Amino acid sequence: MSSTTGSLPTTAPILFEDYLALGIYVGIALFLVAILLLLSWGLGHRTRSRIKNEPYESGVYPTDNARLKGPVPFYLVAIFFILFDIEVIFVASWAVAYDRLGWAGFGQVSFFTLVLLVGLLHLWKTGALDWGPSAARQNRKNQDIP
Amino acid sequence: MDNNLVQIALQNVNMWAIMPSLILICFGMGLLLINVFLPRGTTKHAVWISLIGLVVTGLFVFKGWGDPQYGFNDAVALDNFAAFFNITFLVAAGLTILMSDEYLRREGYPVSEYYPLVLFTTAGAMWMASGTDMMTIFLGLEVMSVGLYVLAGFFRNQVRSNEAGLKYFLLGAFSTGFLLYGIALIYGVTGSTRLTEIGIYLNAHTSLLGNPMTLAGLVLIAIGFLFKIAVVPFHMWTPDVYEGAPTPITAFMSAGPKAAAFASFLRIMEYCFFSLKPEWTAMLWVLAVLTMVVGNVIAITQTNIKRMLAYSSIAHAGYALVGMVAANEIGYSGILFYMLAYAFMNIGAFAVLVLAGKKGEDNLTLEGFSGFGYKRPFLGVAMTIFLFSLMGLPPTAGFAGKFYIFAGAVKAGYLWLAVIGVLNSAVSLYYYLRVMVYMYFRDPLEDYAWVSMPVSVVVSIVIAIAGSLYLGIVPGFVMELAKLAVF
Repeated sequence: MSSTTGSLPTTAPILFEDYLALGIYVGIALFLVAILLLLSWGLGHRTRSRIKNEPYESGVYPTDNARLKGPVPFYLVAIFFILFDIEVIFVASWAVAYDRLGWAGFGQVSFFTLVLLVGLLHLWKTGALDWGPSAARQNRKNQDIP
Repeated sequence: MDNNLVQIALQNVNMWAIMPSLILICFGMGLLLINVFLPRGTTKHAVWISLIGLVVTGLFVFKGWGDPQYGFNDAVALDNFAAFFNITFLVAAGLTILMSDEYLRREGYPVSEYYPLVLFTTAGAMWMASGTDMMTIFLGLEVMSVGLYVLAGFFRNQVRSNEAGLKYFLLGAFSTGFLLYGIALIYGVTGSTRLTEIGIYLNAHTSLLGNPMTLAGLVLIAIGFLFKIAVVPFHMWTPDVYEGAPTPITAFMSAGPKAAAFASFLRIMEYCFFSLKPEWTAMLWVLAVLTMVVGNVIAITQTNIKRMLAYSSIAHAGYALVGMVAANEIGYSGILFYMLAYAFMNIGAFAVLVLAGKKGEDNLTLEGFSGFGYKRPFLGVAMTIFLFSLMGLPPTAGFAGKFYIFAGAVKAGYLWLAVIGVLNSAVSLYYYLRVMVYMYFRDPLEDYAWVSMPVSVVVSIVIAIAGSLYLGIVPGFVMELAKLAVF
């Protein structure tokens, strides 16, 4: 069952000195947060009023139906982000060894980037990157052709 | 990284091993780019370009016959086996594209993105057929399936199409999970994803053959593919998806992806698990019988022709599984032959259904075909030929295919399996003949004035007739090719 498992490097015993820096770092972070909170609690002046207790001070009054209807392009953004972000992994793995992969590697990664570019162009031209009210109106106008 | 490793990795790439699918992908991408610069609703160019792409790819496949190419450190093999299946996929995709434009236009979806999706799906199927590494096969399966999910739900304003897309997606994702789990277990046992290495390792370590992990991996991998092939305990998605999807896509799904799943399944079973042959043939024996019986018996009660063809496609998967149980040269090459024959006859039958429908309503009930054969003689004769072929009557492709498969089973000693198969074919006569009874022995209720005869669909029907008859009358040549293609 262990035909391909190579020998792992032997683990050294855990030394206190190795973790000292990490410990100091965590300590400083906690200390800083505590100091900031305490100072603002002690030095800040308090006013209590209706306006102060609203969820969004100086913001929109939260007095409407929570189920607002509105265009949500976020899911599109998320999908595009995932698509193009994952592709970067492949490009990065080429970039690590670009000098040794030579022109053949360069050609392959160029083809890969070209494929990405085609995808981007397609998104762009089909209007997937147009957000906002003007795009929504445009879409409604073309509704007869799905 | 070691310099030598890099050199080895690059030297073993060998683009010729994936050239056919690469051409298809390039055509698909080019088509996507052209589409966005043309006004929406223009699709004629897409039909032509994808057909040209399919023909060019076909020429490459023909050129590569008998000259196997191995690439990517033996993760891909473009051998005769892959080439034969590639031709099947190309035939299925070509016939589908020919009948699609008319149908999409009639249903109000003249969307040119459809055609690149079909091309990508075909390319995925090609990777499945030529994959000699679990990962390549999985990659091909995903490329193929993702395209099909979109295509099944392509009519996005129709509830039934949406249902088909969602059902196919959920169950497909589920079955992919099974497959991956099986691959992981087998990797855990043998330490490799390369098919030949797994086979050699299992053969050398016979103590592993009875190991529960090996057996679980084998069964899980089999389940993953049996889902795609729609074999009986895993067939539940088939009728709903086939009924809801656009008719040309149903035709394509029943021929192309099914053949692709058979290709990878055959390769994995033969390369990896040849040491476990008695075990998996016993398993498939039961499944083949179940599939044939359930598919045929439920098809009898269907009144919707599309649904009836869905159940009949389950039954046909059962016939093809008989070839796998036989596990000899005739059985395997019989499967290859049968898949090609099935592509011709089934897609042809669906093409007739495409023409018989009106906008918005598909006219798929049996009553809807009353007297159809007299009012529309050409379509009636075409449908008759396809149904004869699906029944397995000579001189059609279905007869030759079933003959080879059952001959393989008899030669391997599975006499009873062949008897059950033939009995099932007799059962299937009932529901196929019923369509013909309605077409020819009932008075026409309508004059079928809405049925137009666009050139593209007629061409696809004629090609399908030619294929069904050629494979039935002179099956020898193609069967010889199929024999050269198996391992």
